[in-house]
Amino acid sequence: MAQGVLVVVEQRNGAIRKVSWEVLSEGKRLADQLGQEMAAVLVGGDGISSHAEALGQWGAKKVFVAEHSELGQYRTNPYTRVVVDVAKMMEPRIILMGASSTGKDLAPRVAARLGVGMLSDCVAFELQDGTLVGRRPMYAGKLYAYVACKAIPQIATARPNVLSKMEPDPSAKAEVVKVSVQLEDSDLIAKVLELKEEASGRPDLTEAEIIVSGGRGMKGPENYAMLETLADLLGGTVGASRAAVDAGWRPQSDQVGQTGKVVTPNLYIACGISGSIQHLAGMGTSKVIVAINKDPDAPIFQKADYGVVDDLFKVVPPLIEEVKKLKAE
Amino acid sequence: MEIVALMKQVPDTETQIKVNAQGTWIVEDDIKWIMNPYCEFGVEEALRTKEKHGGTVTIVSIGPARAVEAIRTALAMGADKAVHVDDAALVGTTDSLGKARVLAKVLESIPFDVIFAGKQAIDDDMAQTGAAVAELLGIPQLTFVNGLEWLDARTVKVNRQVEGGSQIIQCSLPALITCQKGLNEPRYASLPGIMKAKKKPLDTKNLAALGLDPAQVGKAGDTTEILKVELPPARKAGKIVEGETPEEKASKLAALLREEAKVI
Repeated sequence: MAQGVLVVVEQRNGAIRKVSWEVLSEGKRLADQLGQEMAAVLVGGDGISSHAEALGQWGAKKVFVAEHSELGQYRTNPYTRVVVDVAKMMEPRIILMGASSTGKDLAPRVAARLGVGMLSDCVAFELQDGTLVGRRPMYAGKLYAYVACKAIPQIATARPNVLSKMEPDPSAKAEVVKVSVQLEDSDLIAKVLELKEEASGRPDLTEAEIIVSGGRGMKGPENYAMLETLADLLGGTVGASRAAVDAGWRPQSDQVGQTGKVVTPNLYIACGISGSIQHLAGMGTSKVIVAINKDPDAPIFQKADYGVVDDLFKVVPPLIEEVKKLKAE
Repeated sequence: MEIVALMKQVPDTETQIKVNAQGTWIVEDDIKWIMNPYCEFGVEEALRTKEKHGGTVTIVSIGPARAVEAIRTALAMGADKAVHVDDAALVGTTDSLGKARVLAKVLESIPFDVIFAGKQAIDDDMAQTGAAVAELLGIPQLTFVNGLEWLDARTVKVNRQVEGGSQIIQCSLPALITCQKGLNEPRYASLPGIMKAKKKPLDTKNLAALGLDPAQVGKAGDTTEILKVELPPARKAGKIVEGETPEEKASKLAALLREEAKVI
């Protein structure tokens, strides 16, 4: 009989990604509620097994480790094979992953191979009579749905930056189970030639806790330097509205909105953004929203916790100075 | 080359969502329906692939009768033909795997070398169907692609967007590619294109014609179930930060973010 929660841990270049701590924490809560145990599966290249035992501190009783030279970089087919093999070995009731670029690629492939449905990009979970129910945004957050998985294993991905992390227990240990990896030629058709990291060093929008975003009111690409200064002071990152991206001022990967990235930071500072329905859909779940715009009728002010009606070019530079002072305290 | 673009019709991005009286789904009256914006990138890339390598572009779409409008748009952009799956048993289904089974069944009956799809539909935002179709067909998937180069007619090199960077992946065909913004600029349908689209072959099929059992791939066979839906909580009216000068406003804002909101 299917038992327990299996969390798929995500790594990049051998380092475990933040979303995995969030998913492990949620997995542990769900396992505790079921009165069952949590296991984790860690897939990676040579040396990845060195992380396995530490996952015990996050509540995993058992860690399945698949270490293989072909698994250093995330690749759909080989990772699917490993996760499905582990799922068949363990027969978990629930499988959780982060709704990152990796989890969004892997989870539906795993679910389809196992012949079950899945819940994408959930922001909260609960159990109803042992059935996993996910709360998930639709229409980029204009609607929330409570969705249940009907078949076992129940598979879901969790949106990064939303679930709370537990305190790891340094004394807890996991049993490490090495998984023998047997890949077939068909698993290796797609080859990762390179992983290109952006040079900025700032967190990705989907993972950032603070976002300073600029829209049409920024007037040109050169003016984003001050938003970058502010974002760097705050340890955040820079976003943009569709108008700014379409104007060629910012790269596509910076776009926040219904057809860009949907973000959930603690603080979203919208500079010169009027707040179209598509933009509001993409950032409406930010915990605190600040709008700086000289047009008092801009729709963004109806969503903002703090509004500054003024010229952003006159407000942002002194704001940078104020933040510097606060940080120096 | 045989090129397929999977396409879904969705509510326009401007749509204000309303919940029905039972709280089980949205009110679909008065919605303006459009081609899913991510599918537009897929259709465009399919057309560019044909322009480069020759061949045929086939649109495959599941949806009620109204979906024909979006299919005609894709044909007007330059696609050659379309398969439209319309069956009462599919109305109201919430199941990506079920839809993937329908699409995979269609794809078993038509030749394909490469399949393009949107990275996700902007209505249910699930981003599952492309990967599930690739799995059911047993072919590789390249998801969240925002750059693509053909090394030869059987080998593609893509840029796949990941957090803070991209993966560069090389893959031989057949493969399924899910597309997103940055990949291309979708063309508009020209007036002659719109006129021509009316005469292009559009094959409408129901589940029985595909040899599928409505108890397994329609609403009755859903593997997930929507228990209820609700609108996000309204944000309470915010504070306008007052001040004589921009400097004063900036100073007050920083203090509020520090002391009241406790976010910096």
